Amino acid sequence: MRAFAELYERLDRTTSTNAKVEAMVEYFSVAEPADAAWVLFFLTGRRLTRLMSVRQLAGWVGEATGLPGWLIEESYARVGDLAETVSLLLDDQSRERRASDLPLHRWLTERILTLGGMTREAQREAVSSWWSELSGRELFIFNKLLTGALRVGVSQTLVTRALAKVADLPPAAIAHRLMGAWDPTPDLVARLLRADGSDIDASRPYPFYLASPLETAVGVLGDPAEWQAEWKWDGIRAQLVKRGGVVYLWSRGEELVSDRFPEVVSRGLALGDGTVLDGEILAFRDGRPLPFAVLQQRIGRNKLTPSVLAHAPVVFMVYDVLELNGADIREQPLSDRRARLEAASPMFPASELIGASTWSELAIRREEARTLGVEGLMLKRKSSPYRAGRKRGDWWKWKIDPYSIDAVLTYAQPGSGKRSGLYTDYTFAVWQGEALTTVAKAYSGLTDAEIAELDRWIRAHTTEKFGPVRAVEPVQVFELHFEAIQPSGRHKAGLALRFPRIARWRTDKVAAEADTLDRLRAFLGEVR
Amino acid sequence: MSEPLLNLTPAGLYCSRGDFHIDPWKPVPRAFITHAHADHARWGMGSYTCAEEGAGLLRRRVGEAANIATVRSGDALRVGDVTVSFHPAGHVLGSSQVRVSDGREVWVCTGDYKRGDDPTCAPFEVVPCDVLITEATFALPIYSWAPGEVTAREILAWWDEGVRRGHACVLFCYALGKAQRILGELARLVDRPVYVHGALEPLVEAYRAAGVALLPTLKVTNAEKGRRFAGELVLAPPGAYGSTWLRRFGDYETAFASGWMRVRGNRRRQGFDRGFSLSDHADWNGLLTTIAECGAQRVLATHGYKDVLARACREAGLSADVLSTEFSENDDEGEAT
Repeated sequence: MRAFAELYERLDRTTSTNAKVEAMVEYFSVAEPADAAWVLFFLTGRRLTRLMSVRQLAGWVGEATGLPGWLIEESYARVGDLAETVSLLLDDQSRERRASDLPLHRWLTERILTLGGMTREAQREAVSSWWSELSGRELFIFNKLLTGALRVGVSQTLVTRALAKVADLPPAAIAHRLMGAWDPTPDLVARLLRADGSDIDASRPYPFYLASPLETAVGVLGDPAEWQAEWKWDGIRAQLVKRGGVVYLWSRGEELVSDRFPEVVSRGLALGDGTVLDGEILAFRDGRPLPFAVLQQRIGRNKLTPSVLAHAPVVFMVYDVLELNGADIREQPLSDRRARLEAASPMFPASELIGASTWSELAIRREEARTLGVEGLMLKRKSSPYRAGRKRGDWWKWKIDPYSIDAVLTYAQPGSGKRSGLYTDYTFAVWQGEALTTVAKAYSGLTDAEIAELDRWIRAHTTEKFGPVRAVEPVQVFELHFEAIQPSGRHKAGLALRFPRIARWRTDKVAAEADTLDRLRAFLGEVR
Repeated sequence: MSEPLLNLTPAGLYCSRGDFHIDPWKPVPRAFITHAHADHARWGMGSYTCAEEGAGLLRRRVGEAANIATVRSGDALRVGDVTVSFHPAGHVLGSSQVRVSDGREVWVCTGDYKRGDDPTCAPFEVVPCDVLITEATFALPIYSWAPGEVTAREILAWWDEGVRRGHACVLFCYALGKAQRILGELARLVDRPVYVHGALEPLVEAYRAAGVALLPTLKVTNAEKGRRFAGELVLAPPGAYGSTWLRRFGDYETAFASGWMRVRGNRRRQGFDRGFSLSDHADWNGLLTTIAECGAQRVLATHGYKDVLARACREAGLSADVLSTEFSENDDEGEAT
């Protein structure tokens, strides 16, 4: 636990990728294999099932310390993260403590993972006694483990780089082995780092190649004839792997999602063995995609009932083939792969190629995106291999301009992590007659200086406090951008915005000049 | 019912029966000063009175020409109808609580204080009183300080890592009090010179003049041109962070020593490589212990989480309120959290 806490601290306090890689290399070079497997589990973003809510922990801390609820809330408002608050409250320097040298894997297998089968009371007793063995950042990590919310500030790419350094292997080999399903067993690290690469699990997908946003004029890409254009679909990026007579469907989050989309899997069974396709899972009806929210119904449910299947029909829209007849063909140029795609996968629709001889012609086609329910265009260099990760240069997403509205700041609450203690989570409203109706929450888009200024303004212009949330005078106007708009029964305004973010602080506008709910409703009409 | 011994006026805390102010923020004829931080000791008072040990620092703050009287800790001064005495507060060198009594009632104004050990100043003295005016900078139960020696060992480990890796360790800390405390704590552990920013040097000298044992210091500006400072510890005021002054250190790590560093978000947001939780203010337990030990029936909380402390006191059965003073929540001017 101590070594993991130290690694966590080193990764947490630096933004330098080299320092992060160095910290991981040092850890994995000396760590016990049984501990290292669990550390890898957490570093790659995997999580334990939540064993208890952080509110539950806060309640127990209240009982253990005798602190009243309001004092815990005041502390939380300052810290911005309840699990950290709980840890700081427990980390009272005056308390007696029995230091523990129990290694991480035993903390997990002999303690934390046994909590699931206990009664609440037994959990409380166990957790309280374990708390007394921990201090500082170890308490923080322990509480985050209990609540299933431990996040470590490293990307999979950095973890891959560090392991590749330890093993002296190419990062791509490690990336491939890290893909897919594995358990944090003591032999994991040895298997990942082994020199021999012949026994790669048949289920494993390839690392996804990710497109970068095109932020400059499209003309810099050169001759349009060298580029392949497709619609940018707003679905779930997925790889379909057919090997040894079995179909595996992997999402980009490296989650096996085969059981979510049985109709895709059953069609895939007809593929030749040794085939890997890259594409997009889309909710689709009558030749056009349905809003992303419809697709979410397929992910969110534990059981797929016939009515869900009927209400949210999906297709797997393929756009690339990475393996054919058991051969890895990622190094072949995209134009060759695309030529083989349709013959290799006749049971799936292939993403339409948008033909255009000039960039301006393509730009005009791109304008159709909103009515088609797509996000814009994808531009892929015809000569490019299928790369791993986000490598700029060959795949670009050329999105349509977002929707834009002016809205009034009505509530604020402190952020978490890097922004804890600062008011950075904002609620925005537009006019509905004389009243303001909430339409969006947004967290990003302001500079650090603007955040600090707005934080001061919020503190000085609070009209009411509800726990950590402050109602503020409806004075400040912000330009918000968002990608899509959908009707919603769950939101008071009757509509929901997708990816709202702050584009600009409109200090030049007064609240009365903000937009109306009617204008947003008009956007809904455009989409239909 | 007679008038309270101390009242809040536009110029600050005022005692009408002795006709003096404590740590006033506007010019007044007679000011009693708890300690020499800028938000407590301001320019332009007709006269200043402070504890003997704090006179040197106070003179630096308010100018050579200021009229400063000193009094020994514990000695009673008769001022008008009341008696006034100074008692150590353990915050920085010479920092004092001010006790005011009219023979029937005793009020104590703590100024800033801490309860933990500090090799650079006299420890806090519990002064029994009826009414306690206490600071509340860190009045939340999340604030709990490890002993200074423990934090000093963490700082030393960071410095040693700098020696091993060959980079400079630039530690930001408040210029008055915190910097000297670090030099005093480290002097108990090692004997190596420390580089200091020019703004710190005179304050370090003032501590030495008062007989406080500190690590030897060298001025950064006196170092020969082109020196890289590999493996050196450098103390600097927070204002130097992000300035071009830092360029000379080449390869360096930064850290900040402050009670605010106890919260992860503060550590991360400010972009220092390291945060050491080291404060010269009382932590939550320190505040509650002090209130209990001095036996006050009424508590007035100033600066910081004053509402929280007042409410906690009321829930413990005491009479308590907040006093809205103009003391800052930090020890140096111009430093937001």
